[in-house]
Amino acid sequence: MANESTPPSAASSPAPPAAAPNGGRTGNGTVPLSVYDLTVAYDRKPVVWDVGFDVPPGSLVGIVGPNGAGKSTLLKAVMDLIPRASGRVEVFGESYRRNRDRVGYVPQRESVDWDFPVDALDVVTMGLYREIGWCRPVRKKHRQMAMDALHRVGIADLASRQISQLSGGQQQRTFLARALVQDADLYLMDEPFAAVDAATERAIVELLNEMKQRGKTAVVIHHDLQTVPEYFDHVVLLNMRIVAHGPVSETFTPENLQKTYGGRLTLLEEVSAAMRRQEGSL
Amino acid sequence: MRIRGRRVCSLRRLIAAAVLVCCLPGGAGAQPPDADRGHEIRSDRSIAGRSAAWPTSAEFRRVVTLQDYNVRIVVLGTTLLGCAAGMVGSFTLLRKRALMGDALSHSTLPGIALAFILATHWGLGAKSMFVLLIGATASGLVGVAAILAIGRLTRLKEDTALGAVLSVFFGGGVALLGVIQQMKTGHAAGLESFIYGKTASMARADTQLIAAAASVCIVACLLLFKELKLLCFDDDFAGSRGYPVTRLDMTLMALVVMVTIVGLQAVGLILMIALLIIPAASARFWTERLGRMFLISGGIGAASGLLGAETSALFSKLPSGAMIVLVCTALFVVSMAFGSARGLSVRIRKRMQLNRSVDRQHLLRALFELQEESSHTAGARHATDQHESFGVEDLLDMRSWSKRRLFRTIRRARADGMVDWDRDRVRLTRRGAIEAARLTRQHRLWELYLMSYAEIAPSRVDRDADAIEHVLEPEIIAELESLLERKHASIPESPHPLHESPESVSPSEQGGA
Repeated sequence: MANESTPPSAASSPAPPAAAPNGGRTGNGTVPLSVYDLTVAYDRKPVVWDVGFDVPPGSLVGIVGPNGAGKSTLLKAVMDLIPRASGRVEVFGESYRRNRDRVGYVPQRESVDWDFPVDALDVVTMGLYREIGWCRPVRKKHRQMAMDALHRVGIADLASRQISQLSGGQQQRTFLARALVQDADLYLMDEPFAAVDAATERAIVELLNEMKQRGKTAVVIHHDLQTVPEYFDHVVLLNMRIVAHGPVSETFTPENLQKTYGGRLTLLEEVSAAMRRQEGSL
Repeated sequence: MRIRGRRVCSLRRLIAAAVLVCCLPGGAGAQPPDADRGHEIRSDRSIAGRSAAWPTSAEFRRVVTLQDYNVRIVVLGTTLLGCAAGMVGSFTLLRKRALMGDALSHSTLPGIALAFILATHWGLGAKSMFVLLIGATASGLVGVAAILAIGRLTRLKEDTALGAVLSVFFGGGVALLGVIQQMKTGHAAGLESFIYGKTASMARADTQLIAAAASVCIVACLLLFKELKLLCFDDDFAGSRGYPVTRLDMTLMALVVMVTIVGLQAVGLILMIALLIIPAASARFWTERLGRMFLISGGIGAASGLLGAETSALFSKLPSGAMIVLVCTALFVVSMAFGSARGLSVRIRKRMQLNRSVDRQHLLRALFELQEESSHTAGARHATDQHESFGVEDLLDMRSWSKRRLFRTIRRARADGMVDWDRDRVRLTRRGAIEAARLTRQHRLWELYLMSYAEIAPSRVDRDADAIEHVLEPEIIAELESLLERKHASIPESPHPLHESPESVSPSEQGGA
């Protein structure tokens, strides 16, 4: 309470050196994603503080952290979906805007209304709208491409089913297919493993490994700590700021996990609560 | 959403009632005499203007076949308007912005009144529709902007802002109408037609305006169909692909503005929202595809415009806006009841089918278990072609179902060739036995799963499995098999004694006829 004026950097001091923002180094075209000193705030309440990391090409990176750690916010800020308070993002060495077509996004399944009057094939075709272009109709060729993507995720037989009639796993596969149909080089996935059946989980893991073999990169928000070493090469431990990031073998240690999940960031939370209180009193 | 809708609706009803009380009885008296005459002259032009009596068959024929020029103009306008509103409305409904149109239309009233005052003041043609509609658009947009600003600057929820702005603007408009009636130069007649809608005051130019705006809306919806679809379904994904989400939202809002403004005269600002919401909501009952929903919604809107305007032309005392909305509502009720995709009748039929199939499954499993038991006691004699027959009393003991329900289930199962029924004795047919074996296997797999993974006591597991097994899909069964390592198609032994003491029967099972 007494330390409400403490600057955020002091609060995040327990972070190991690995979390230090990668300073003046500029990205190059081969690094799929570089994040520099990224800070994001919702309603002036900071959600992501001073986050910096690089994603190595051809790797599967898991983003892990407790609820409210800012994982989804981080991905959305990378894609310019929400404004950044400060910081910089480079995708293949350039701004996201310029390399947008090389990025495939899989939003959280709960983020849309599955009662929407479309079928699975329609949803997958949405991944091609940009390629089709403004004001032009979807053609047979595009539907065929969408069908192929549905084949890859194993639910081609459900193509004409209204999306609320799909199971949770099938809905997730539909979202994956929508990103796959773009043939991007970097995939950003928000909790693709959340509440899916075991078969879907296996299918997604297979897909991720297949992508990796073809030199693609995936950044995946993940909630199941047990499977992190099995599924990912690299891990970013996030709790408002970066606790640690790097290869799973070095980074995914009990101490780091303790720091991510156990140690409550009392100071950070107090500061943002104070800011909210101040806002409320205005 | 539903709560918000109800709140605003009741608000609107209140306001409408208030206006009725303030404007109509007092208003008629307060109007300058020539205003009344103006009304009379205008409505004389519509064919049934002289009386509120039931129209003669000749009049009826003239209206329905659109022989009268004025009726034709009006009907064409409202039909196009309904079509455009239905189409635009299907997007706003799915974008969950349906009530924005309501706020917009209510906010137009002060603009209309102000434009009228200013136009009179500057000696412009006070009745110039163009000036009035400019005023309407301007104040409508200010209203919407106010809602967005309140939502952004304060911590009030959007529905609160919506209700506040809607009523304040409408109240301001009503006050300004009062001012106009006090003015010496006031020719306020016709301004109220913006509130309730009055097709009788529509002229050819108005229909042309509606036609132009409706065409623009329809063409824009068709051109931007897939972009608007993506916006409504998943705006985050649209944003990640580089679509200008805010500008697309603005475009959709602009279409709503256009439809609303040109519809003010025909339908009125209180009821305009109905044309934006009801056709789209009705269309949703008929289809699971956006393309079809879009067209059906346009069709329902057009039909409402057409039939509503014709009814209003036949009965001159019935205001067109109300008629259009009533026709629209009738179509909504029909859609809700009989809609082929999610209408009530379809859902009731599905529910009944489910109940029947649950009963069927219970019957088959009961027979299977009875047979299993008797072959156990009689030694290894099972799997012969001839299946044993069991008395109805035995079956009644197996579950607590009513005799009537059991008989009905048996009759249906016999019709499908699952069982033979002979003098109160029931026997599985060959086909029935295969189905029964499959069902029993599913049931027991699920029981085993519940016992080994959910740690449910064996004595309770039968009931729990019962509740859920009817929704087991093939992929879940496959997962159960792999979990329980039972790839081979054998039927596991029941994990609990098959005959239970009567008191363990749960009350929820009883009397379900």
